[in-house]
Amino acid sequence: MSVQTTDYAASEIRSPASFFANRVFIYGALVFWAFICLFPIYWTITTSFKTAVDVTQGHLIPFVDFRPDWKGWRSLGLSPDAIFRTSTVRDEFIKRFMNSVITSVGASSLAIVIGSLAAYGLTRYRYHFAWFKNEDISFFFLSQLILPPVVLALPFLVLYREVGMLDTRIGLILLYTLMVLPIVIWIMRDQFNSIPVELEEAALVDGLSIWGAFFRIVMPIALPGMVAAFILAMVLCWNEYFFAALLTSTDAKTIPVMVASQTGSQGINWWSMAALATAAITPLAVIGIALERYLIMGMTAGAVK
Amino acid sequence: MADQTLPTNAWPANAAPSDLISPGRKRLGRALMAIATLGLLAVIAVQILYKTEVDTIGFETWRPVVYAYVLWGVALGIGQVLTRGEDGQRALFLLPALLFTIAMVIFPTLFGFYIALTDWNLSSFSGRKFNGLNNFWQMLADPYYRNALFNMVLYVLAVLVEYVIAFGLALLLNAQIRARKFFRVVFLLPLMLSPVAVSWMIGKSLMEYRFGPAAALARQLGWENPAFFSNPITARISIMVLDAWTFIPFMMIMLLAGLQAMSREVLEAARVDGANAWQTFWQVIFPLMLPVSVTAIILRIIFKLKLADIIITVTSGGPGGATDSVSSFIYREYRDRSNVGYGTMLAMAYLIIIIVFVTWLLKFANRFVRNVN
Repeated sequence: MSVQTTDYAASEIRSPASFFANRVFIYGALVFWAFICLFPIYWTITTSFKTAVDVTQGHLIPFVDFRPDWKGWRSLGLSPDAIFRTSTVRDEFIKRFMNSVITSVGASSLAIVIGSLAAYGLTRYRYHFAWFKNEDISFFFLSQLILPPVVLALPFLVLYREVGMLDTRIGLILLYTLMVLPIVIWIMRDQFNSIPVELEEAALVDGLSIWGAFFRIVMPIALPGMVAAFILAMVLCWNEYFFAALLTSTDAKTIPVMVASQTGSQGINWWSMAALATAAITPLAVIGIALERYLIMGMTAGAVK
Repeated sequence: MADQTLPTNAWPANAAPSDLISPGRKRLGRALMAIATLGLLAVIAVQILYKTEVDTIGFETWRPVVYAYVLWGVALGIGQVLTRGEDGQRALFLLPALLFTIAMVIFPTLFGFYIALTDWNLSSFSGRKFNGLNNFWQMLADPYYRNALFNMVLYVLAVLVEYVIAFGLALLLNAQIRARKFFRVVFLLPLMLSPVAVSWMIGKSLMEYRFGPAAALARQLGWENPAFFSNPITARISIMVLDAWTFIPFMMIMLLAGLQAMSREVLEAARVDGANAWQTFWQVIFPLMLPVSVTAIILRIIFKLKLADIIITVTSGGPGGATDSVSSFIYREYRDRSNVGYGTMLAMAYLIIIIVFVTWLLKFANRFVRNVN
């Protein structure tokens, strides 16, 4: 807890020894937590290169403890020697993977479009829907965040069956859009509030229409916020399991559902399981690390006034 | 609904007055909206008649109704612009999100309340039967549902522990350290990874009784029989740990943003007044961080109330329903027994409990923050 003041208070007053102890504590804690965050990922990735014996004997370090083997990846049809051969598992995997990509990108895009428009309208104009004013409409959108997926899941199961959208990607896209819409509106409202109104006023004087001003002037400035909202929405959609597990069966199954359904009749194939888990987490890990700045921007939108 | 959208020209001042719109254009717009509404109602009516077997013309599924709704929305938007000019263009910003949310939330929720009052098993041929409050009485007598609700209380309380850890991590990241960006990315990583994939790997192999490294470590530390998921109490704690691992970064990032927004002068003043690190934390930093903390905790609780995927994949509620959250319990109620009516009743009851709880929480948090500051 003494962390805050270390740099400018403690270091001047206290002895070098206590300063040193402080540093050791801070870095010790940092490394410890980094280990907690990274070890499960390390375990997942290394397990995908293990054979049965290596898994059951709890070997940890490749090349020292055990000899890496492509077994897990071969069972997915993704190892170097299997990649050019036909593999039904790989086809299945690619199908699920594409389902995940299409649903999460589709839902995030749709949410960004309608969410940004709504957020812009709410920050710039005054609406009256019957007795609902702007604050009520905003609250209506944001309150959807509370709604747990179970409440909608069963009614949607029945409705989608009636509408013929059960086990379709478009069905999932619509639900995921609903799920991330409050977050998108929250982030974009914050974003548009930080853009001065004078810019649009000038644009309107110059003869642009309302929508022209929005597309030509406001959109480019708000782009970082849109990227942030998009990334956050992507993460949530890609990792979603509950709706996907209930509403899809063969055609529209996504990666998390495939991962969760891997318990075979003859027990669990740890290596192929690990390879699948690695493949499921890699895309987002890469995106997340590359665009970490935007992810943080999205999560902290409106948190600090 | 449409003609009640009346933006009171707050901004901009040079909005086109509505009398510039020719009466002909207004009539056209009104006619378009009227035709669209009639069309939508006609499609719904035809479909209802077809499904109740009153007439023979109709569609196999209800999908045309969805298309009709979309078309009606488009016509409504065009009609708004035609009849009300610039005001209509403004309404157009809000309209898509509003129509979407109403169609996706209000209608299914109302429908859900109806399903909750029926005896409806998707796997049986008898179809749905209205049975009033029977599901409700059954729910009150259901020990597993009560147990799931009790578990939710425990899981929500675990948020406080997560908060303490997240605050500690945020303080660490805010200290003068090298490689801050590296640590921040690493600490953030768990949030981006699929909870299902990770909980599979952690819960089912890392914590595996025979060979998992976590079990091996626990044995080293003196726990003779490290079965993480066989005893109700340890199983609950394991689920909490798995969930915390994923979501601690979320709170950490919000708290870190709060710490970074804090003014240096205040801390400087505390130092000049001779406060030590401990006093500075409790009397300056912590009170100043209270609003951010409350936001982070409330958001986290809201996410926690949806907890399901980890439990479904790792324990499927076991042992004996001990780790069930409400969501995972309802999920299995449907998956194992196809019991839509009863499951929906449970979900609706949960929704009402959540709304009451979150409303109370927001009120309480507001008062709490105001009293302390």
